[in-house]
Amino acid sequence: MKFGVIVFPGSSGDLDAYHLVKDILGAPVEYIWHEERSVQGFDCLLLPGGSSYGNYLRGGALARYSPVVSAVVDFAHQGGLVLGIANGFQVLTEAGLLPGTLYTNTDTRFRCHFTTLRVENTETPFTRNLDRKQLLSIPIAHDEGNYYVDAATLQKLEANGQIVFRYADQNGQTTEEANPNGSVSNIAGVCNETRNVLGMMPHPERAGEAVLGSTDGLTIFKSIIKYWEGRQ
Amino acid sequence: MRPEEWRKLGLRDDEYDRIKEALGREPNRLELGMFSVMWSEHCSYKNSKAVLKTFPTTGPRVLQGPGENAGVVEIGDGLAVCFKIESHNHPSAVEPYQGAATGVGGIIRDIFTMGARPIALLNSLRFGPLTDERVRYLFEQVVAGIAGYGNRIGIPTVGGEIYFDRCYQGNPLVNAMCVGLLEIDKLRLGKATGIGNPVILAGARTGRDGMGGAAFASVELSEETEAPDIQVGDPFTEKLLLEACLELINNGDVEGIQDLGAAGLTCAVSEMASRGGTGMDVELSKVPCREEGMTPYEIMLAESQERMLLVVTPEKEAKVHAVFKRWGLTSTTIGRVTEGGMLKIRMHGEIVAEIPAHSLAEEAPVYYPESKEPAYLKTTADLPLATIEEPEDYNTVLLELLASPNIASKQWAWQQFDYMARTSTLVGPGSDAAVIRIRGTNKALALTADCNSRYAYLDPFAGGKIAVAEAARNIVCSGGEPLAITDGLNFGSPEKPEIYWQFRQAVAGISEACRVLGTPVTGGNVSFYNESNGEGIYPTPVIGMVGLLADATKYCTSSFKAAGDLIVLLGDSADELGGSEYLALIHGRVQGKPPALDLAKEKALHHVVRTAIQQGLVRSAHDLSEGGLAVAVAECTFENQLGAVVEVEKGVLRTDSLLFGESQSRVVLSLAPDKLSALQALAEEENVPLHVIGRTGGDRLQIFIDGNQYVDQTVAQLRTVWQEGIPCQLP
Repeated sequence: MKFGVIVFPGSSGDLDAYHLVKDILGAPVEYIWHEERSVQGFDCLLLPGGSSYGNYLRGGALARYSPVVSAVVDFAHQGGLVLGIANGFQVLTEAGLLPGTLYTNTDTRFRCHFTTLRVENTETPFTRNLDRKQLLSIPIAHDEGNYYVDAATLQKLEANGQIVFRYADQNGQTTEEANPNGSVSNIAGVCNETRNVLGMMPHPERAGEAVLGSTDGLTIFKSIIKYWEGRQ
Repeated sequence: MRPEEWRKLGLRDDEYDRIKEALGREPNRLELGMFSVMWSEHCSYKNSKAVLKTFPTTGPRVLQGPGENAGVVEIGDGLAVCFKIESHNHPSAVEPYQGAATGVGGIIRDIFTMGARPIALLNSLRFGPLTDERVRYLFEQVVAGIAGYGNRIGIPTVGGEIYFDRCYQGNPLVNAMCVGLLEIDKLRLGKATGIGNPVILAGARTGRDGMGGAAFASVELSEETEAPDIQVGDPFTEKLLLEACLELINNGDVEGIQDLGAAGLTCAVSEMASRGGTGMDVELSKVPCREEGMTPYEIMLAESQERMLLVVTPEKEAKVHAVFKRWGLTSTTIGRVTEGGMLKIRMHGEIVAEIPAHSLAEEAPVYYPESKEPAYLKTTADLPLATIEEPEDYNTVLLELLASPNIASKQWAWQQFDYMARTSTLVGPGSDAAVIRIRGTNKALALTADCNSRYAYLDPFAGGKIAVAEAARNIVCSGGEPLAITDGLNFGSPEKPEIYWQFRQAVAGISEACRVLGTPVTGGNVSFYNESNGEGIYPTPVIGMVGLLADATKYCTSSFKAAGDLIVLLGDSADELGGSEYLALIHGRVQGKPPALDLAKEKALHHVVRTAIQQGLVRSAHDLSEGGLAVAVAECTFENQLGAVVEVEKGVLRTDSLLFGESQSRVVLSLAPDKLSALQALAEEENVPLHVIGRTGGDRLQIFIDGNQYVDQTVAQLRTVWQEGIPCQLP
């Protein structure tokens, strides 16, 4: 199974995603330049964190018009696996692959620290190795991570099982204190209706080694591989 | 030319004569402007050069010492580390967000200019008391500016220091340090070589921003031009510039390269040509400008950010432009390298300035300002301990010290920094030094920035010496071998003999410590004129130090790890309260002499601590600094919320000296009891005093002296006070 890491001008998490897949998972991975018009030959696309186009206008708002994003949209519509992390999540919402939008954190500051995520749905390619309500320790690093959808959409997301991760405390409670950025209903990650596209603000690629504080992010990538192998 | 013309640019009459001599004629207005910025203190170090020459700058690992954009030190495996600290104090006082942001941007450019990939940022920040509204604004905006630039560009901010003192009220200090990694054979210098080689300007367009920011404010200019005087940072452009330049350097497409910082294009062309022993012929109409109708004066002196100057061979010229284009950047060939050392600046073919590059870059006058021991030292030196009343309640004093913003957790600030980017941060902010692994090797770097300016105020020589020793101690407590330093020397006006004396003393103190500890000075920055309302800041010689861990798995942090471990204090304590946080906070006195420092003892201590960490004898190591023993032990309990019982003997010491004194060359370790004898043997070999002072465990910190309890607090309570120290002062 081959991973592709999209590189936008201003991406910086591309390096971390690339190294996790290559060095820790030992899976084939290549960078994909934002001007590429084809993503042929890749089985899973990673849209990394960082500040594509300097996050000018809005995070992801400009990157969404890169040639490669059209290819990503086609790939997703054909059932291809797409994981957008932080800025990559913003690009996916801007591109219409995922519902909602990401506002500035309620305290307006950049926040970098570990958070606890509660797994809400294990029936996705990204979480099938996990248990429902399992708690993951995965860090955030963003100032525009405040996820918002209107009440009707929220209800639909709940009904469809599109809410994949929520911010929770150590006991698995989705308290206000556990919510680092003001996201509606403590949402940390959502998928599309067909569940092949996942966007999340926390950085699983930064939680792949014990020396970095957690290996919980790795389970998401291992789920992807297991799902893909099962499909072959 | 009338004397007012040069005087308003900050040039002295004898400097003007010197310019006439260099040119063999009167300068025109542009030439005068170019000389005024290049011969400013900021660019020429004319007031400090003679003193800076006394630094030890060589060593077996030093590949590049002072004089280039950054220092370079070899670390084995064909790799080298490139690092430098720089101040952005005045811009941050005026416009704190952009001032701090462009400070970060500038120091990052200094690193990738050398061919190094920036891997970490640190900062050293000083403000007035947080009780002041304007100070709170400065503090919040400086932190946001550092975050805004560093986070966007994807380089982790992993450490540093933040202090608050009344002396910085009108003049905050913002020093930024960047550390990069390079393959030794990729090292590039800012040299213009190869007659006929194209000179390429790349990156952002040139605007009217930051005109004359190199130290001069020209009233006439700011009246003529309505553009604001403040540089604005664009981390997005810098990220693209960084990637494009490193790609070009790694492919061997660059002969010489330099960033445009203070004094803009004037500095870059004159320094590159001067270092290469060449000249340059530059056509200003080719420079991409942001605004219509910019004059040669404005183009040559603007300090627009995110620009680089490159010298390449004619064969590579088209390829270099293609690489910049692929990264979405503007690049233009603006001139050629010429023979003979003359800079010829043209506008539409017509020569508008003609100056020998060397005279601009190297021939600024060197001054030996008068220096005189300040009178205040006579009154501060004496600290009769008998007049200091010992506290009755040591619990309260400990809580007050932990809540002091100088000691309290700096998490409010560093949580805004993306310290995890690049997934190599093994130890982030909050421990003694940050530890960053080097991908593809087993090695890691330990990084720190340190200074206690109160010590430097009370004795600049001791203050400089202690800053180096403390930085090295922090590196050692993290498991690293101290390699080299960069210095951020922040002082008041050098025209005052008392301030210049402080400067000379601090440099001498730093030099002595660097010689003994084997950490040469590889570069740095001098920032004078840090004054407001005629009052200078405390002399603040910040030491940025880089250390090496041969085995990245053998790093150490400051927090206690396991219950039942022994707590050991290495080093001796004395009745030393001079310059301490305790004396300032509790007794309101900045007085006495800083604690004594014996560099031989310090070095022996380093050897013991580093060996103990390497041999896996200890589980934690933490140096003693502000707040002394009691604060250090409390800090060790916080991360894992693991308490301790400490039992010490007072001997002849005062109780407050024992608990809060800041005697140097001391470290607190924790270790499994079965490792004690090995540690004792090590300490004995090096003649380092070792005292077993307690055991970890429980959820309280209890301190007994001669069997009597002086401190008894829950770790949770101490930790809360320490964590809330800064946030509780912010609205």
